[in-house]
Parts: sequence; structure tokens; C-alpha cells
Amino acid sequence: MQNISHQSAAHRSSAQKNTAQKTQTPLIDYLLRLGDNALILGQRHAQLCGKAPALEEELALMNVGLDLFGQARNWLGYVSELMASELMADKIDADHLAFRRDAQDFRNLLLVEQPNGDFADIMGRQFLFDAWHVHLLEGLTHANDPRIAEVAAKSLKEATYHLRRSSEWVIRLGDGTEESHARMQRALDNLWQFTGELLQIDEIDQAMLEAGIAPDPDTLATRWKVTVEEVLEEATLSRPAYDAWMYTGGKVGHHTEHLGFLLAEMQYLPRAYPDATVW
Amino acid sequence: MYAQLVETGTSKLRTLDEMSPEERQFQERINDEIKIEPKNWMPDAYRKTLIRQISQHAHSEIVGMLPEGNWLTRAPTLKRKLQLMAKIQDEAGHGLYLYSAMETLGADRDEEIDKLHDGRAKYSSIFNYPTLNWADMGTIGWLVDGAAIVNQVPLQRTSYGPYARAMIRVCKEESFHQRQGYQILLTMMQEGTDDQKAMVQDSINRFWWPALMMFGPSDENSPNSAQSMAWKIKRHSNDELRQRFLDQTVPQLELLGCTAPDQDLKYNQETGHYEFGAIDWQEFFDVVKGNGPCNRERVEARRNAIDNGAWVREAAVAHAAKRQRRAA
Ligand SMILES: [Fe+2]
Ligand SMILES: [Fe+2]
Ligand SMILES: [Fe+2]
Repeated sequence: MQNISHQSAAHRSSAQKNTAQKTQTPLIDYLLRLGDNALILGQRHAQLCGKAPALEEELALMNVGLDLFGQARNWLGYVSELMASELMADKIDADHLAFRRDAQDFRNLLLVEQPNGDFADIMGRQFLFDAWHVHLLEGLTHANDPRIAEVAAKSLKEATYHLRRSSEWVIRLGDGTEESHARMQRALDNLWQFTGELLQIDEIDQAMLEAGIAPDPDTLATRWKVTVEEVLEEATLSRPAYDAWMYTGGKVGHHTEHLGFLLAEMQYLPRAYPDATVW
Repeated sequence: MYAQLVETGTSKLRTLDEMSPEERQFQERINDEIKIEPKNWMPDAYRKTLIRQISQHAHSEIVGMLPEGNWLTRAPTLKRKLQLMAKIQDEAGHGLYLYSAMETLGADRDEEIDKLHDGRAKYSSIFNYPTLNWADMGTIGWLVDGAAIVNQVPLQRTSYGPYARAMIRVCKEESFHQRQGYQILLTMMQEGTDDQKAMVQDSINRFWWPALMMFGPSDENSPNSAQSMAWKIKRHSNDELRQRFLDQTVPQLELLGCTAPDQDLKYNQETGHYEFGAIDWQEFFDVVKGNGPCNRERVEARRNAIDNGAWVREAAVAHAAKRQRRAA
């Protein structure tokens, strides 16, 4: 926030408009997707504080949340530097990106903004994301942008632990009691419509592939499917069809109704006290 | 404080001559500052008192996550969000660590947690106050963790080994929380807007007295203190610790440029201590009895978390059993 401390409020709001419009180079847009996924899923974890089914899980959920917020800060920090250097835009820091953008400027997957629901919903969401995130990050460690490769490598270690944990829970719940099985299956069926977006390729992904940054989308899709199939089989859960109808749009800023409320809560203080430059 | 009004179940302090041989040996060990370990003989009342004290402390760590969790989703920067989440995670860790120390006395964690959920067990009165603005995240770190440290530093030398060792680790983290909380307030007071400064003062106004109450009733109203002192599970009187806390806190308050909601607060040149106004003990006893602003919702939040998670824990047990059967 120090970076914008000398700007007037009016100046800042014009900078804010910039984030949605001229500043969206493919690289910036791509990094916003990475950062926003981590930020929004992290915020879902913040909402879980004090609600875990056991104390050990309380600690584990906050571990994951801390990792995700850390990743968000790294990706969004890089975005803010690129905005300044490549676009001669006003310097906007990671906090500004997190707390001053409107919903349509967020680029996260619809999957990560889905509400917490019960523990099966929480772990189902986490697993479907982790199974994709791990393989994506692994690919990004080979990006020809050293900063991206570095953040990806650090994030990959964390995401590998997240995937192990969420896989274990999907298996425990799926192959646990009758009730837990039913809840896990229902969660999976509900969340499945948001998985199409994980594997969907648009012009931003294509540009990043050509630039030597994003990994090959077919390999990523195959690996995600293998991980999902292995875990669901062990969990005795049935996998919904890959060609089922899919709800997409998060990557281009067309979100579900849930994101607006999540942001209203998360962005409350910076929005209510726009003149505050430090906290 | 985190453990307030701990019942010892003893009406009068006995002399060494009045004790059985093994009790006498036990007391002499304590008098010689040798730690009592789980395998050592101990009087039943000592065991029960410690279980009450440590479980109250553990419950306080866990319930204490709730007022801070109330602002975690609204933390205003990524740095503050990360700090607050890490702090709350530390408190959960303190809770787990203390429950383990308590279990070395033969108590069962789930049973003790049941007592919290049905109102039989207490936790610190401070966590029954609401967190109403962002500055409360600073004030809690500064005053509440600050008061916890004053209380817990002497407990690093408490007679029961596992409790003393737990306190050493916990105190390190509480000091970090205290500095971090103060930093939140100092930043707003030194570089913030008028609105932010007003937020800080409002927060201090609300938490000042409840923080002083954390140390428990004044010495003449602490019937269990003498026994706890003899057992060295309490090492200083409530009033002594309260004074120590006040003496270290008032200069920090002045550095912030804030005031305390106490017209009688003044420095006494002769004694070298700060003097303060009358504490509203009626409020304290009301809160301890369950009639504080947030008592009901705090306990309900804890009960809901555990009750709503019952099917999850059952599934984990069922799955582990299936695995074991398959492996056999
Ligand atoms: Fe603590
Ligand atoms: Fe504590
Ligand atoms: Fe603490």
C-alpha cells in the first residue's frame, strides 16, 4: 500500500479502471488467473476458521489457507510489477489488486469461488482443484520466465501436500460410512460442472503456450483425469461424465453470484476507508 | 486469567506434619523446585486441580480463535491476513499442546471438551467480548496476549513438568503475537487517518477493563490461591500480576498516544507503580457465570463445529477400520 500512498483517491480510481481494460496483456491476464485462484480459495479457508470438524483439521485448513494467500501475494506482486513496467500504468500493488478490483475483473476459476457447504463440499472442491493445480504448477516450473518458474516451484511443494491431504479426505469420506459416501458423491456431482473450465483452452492459454510459459494443455488434461480417476476409484465414488454440461466463465470474468459476496466481505475495509494508505 | 477461579477442592492448607508420608514427600519435592512428572505419585486434589487449570487454559486458546476469526475474512491487506491467520493457527496449536499436557494427567480430551460445550468447564472471560472493529485485532494481540504472557511467564516454572514445558513454547509465540498486535495499533496511530485513530481508541476503551479482569478477582476474593501457591501451580497473586501488567502497559499506551477509560489512572512516584480505578467485579462474575455479551454464541460456535463434524470423524474411523481389515 505504500506505493500508492501519495496518490489521490481520484487518481487511484482511474488506475483501478486500468486494471480491467488496457492493462490486460496475455501474460498479466494469465498471472491474474493464477493469483486469483489462490486468493479466492484462500478466502474460502479464512471463512472456515473455528468451524473444522476436529482441532487437527483446524490447523491443517489454516495451513492450506496460509499457503494460498502466500501464493496469491507472489503472483499478484509480479502482476503489479509487470503493470508498472510493461504498460507504464500507475504502480498498483498486490493489495490494490486484491482489495480494489470488482468481481468482473477477477480471473479465478468458478470452482474455487463455490461456497464452503459441508466438509464433503470443501474437500471435493479442494481435491478437484489440487489435482489440476499440482500438474499445472509442475508444468510452470519449466516456464521460460524465471520469476514464474521460481514461484511455481515454491507453490508446487505446497500444492503437493494439499493434494495428498484432499485425496486422503475424498477417499476417507467416499469409502467411510454410508452417510459420508452419499455426501461425498453429492458434492462431487454438484461440483463437477465447474471442472470443464480447468481443461478449457482460450486465446490467453494459447498465447502463454506459444510464449513457452504455460504447459501443454493436453498433457495437463490427461494428468488431471488420471489423478481424479485413481482417487475416485479408491474412494468408491462414481465419476460424472467428462462430456457433461459445463459451467464456465470465471477465466474471463463472468462469475457465479457467490463471488460478489465473497469480495464484499474481503474488500470491506479498504473500500470503506479509501483514504487509508496503511493498515 | 486464561485459567480464572480454579477450584482446588481443598478448604485449608495443611502443614507437612499433617500429611501422609507420600504426600509429604510430594510437597517437599515441590518445595525443592523439582518438577512433578506424570509417573510420579501426586495427591488426587493436585491432579484434579491441574486438569481443571490446564483444560481451562486449553479451552481459552480454542475459544479465543473465534473473536479473531471474526475479522480474518475482513483483514485489510494480504500481509495482515497472513499474520492474523498464522496467529490464530498458533492459538489452535497452543490448545492442542495444552490438551496433550492435560492428558498426561489421565484426563480425556473429548470428555473435557464436552464439559466446555455443556457449560461445566470455563474459559477466560475475555473471549466473551465482541470484536467490533479492525483495531480489535491489534488490541487483542497487545492487551490479551500481553496479559497472557504476564500470567504465563511464571508458569514456565510451575511444578508440573509437562505444563511448565508447554508454557515455555507457548510464551515465545505469545510474545510475538503481542508485538504484532501492538504494531497494528501503532501503524494506525502514527500513519493512519482520523477514522483509523478513532478505531484504535474505541477498541482500547472496550478492551481495557476486560483485560485487567483477566487476572481474576483481587486476592481477598481468591479462596483457592493459597493451595495453588503451595503446589506452585500458581506463583504470584492475581493482584501482583495485574499490577505488573499495568506497569508495563501504561507506557505503551502513552506511546500510542491513546488514553485508558480510567480517570483514576495515575503514576505514584513513591511506589513506582501505576494506580488504577475500581474494577467492576460484578461484570466479571456475570461474565464468568455465562452472562457476558458473547458467552452463548462462543460456546454454541464450538459445539456446532464439533457436532457438525461428527459424521466426518465417524467416516474417518470407519475408513481406517476398513483399511485395517483389508490389510489383515
Ligand atoms: Fe495462545
Ligand atoms: Fe495462552
Ligand atoms: Fe497468542
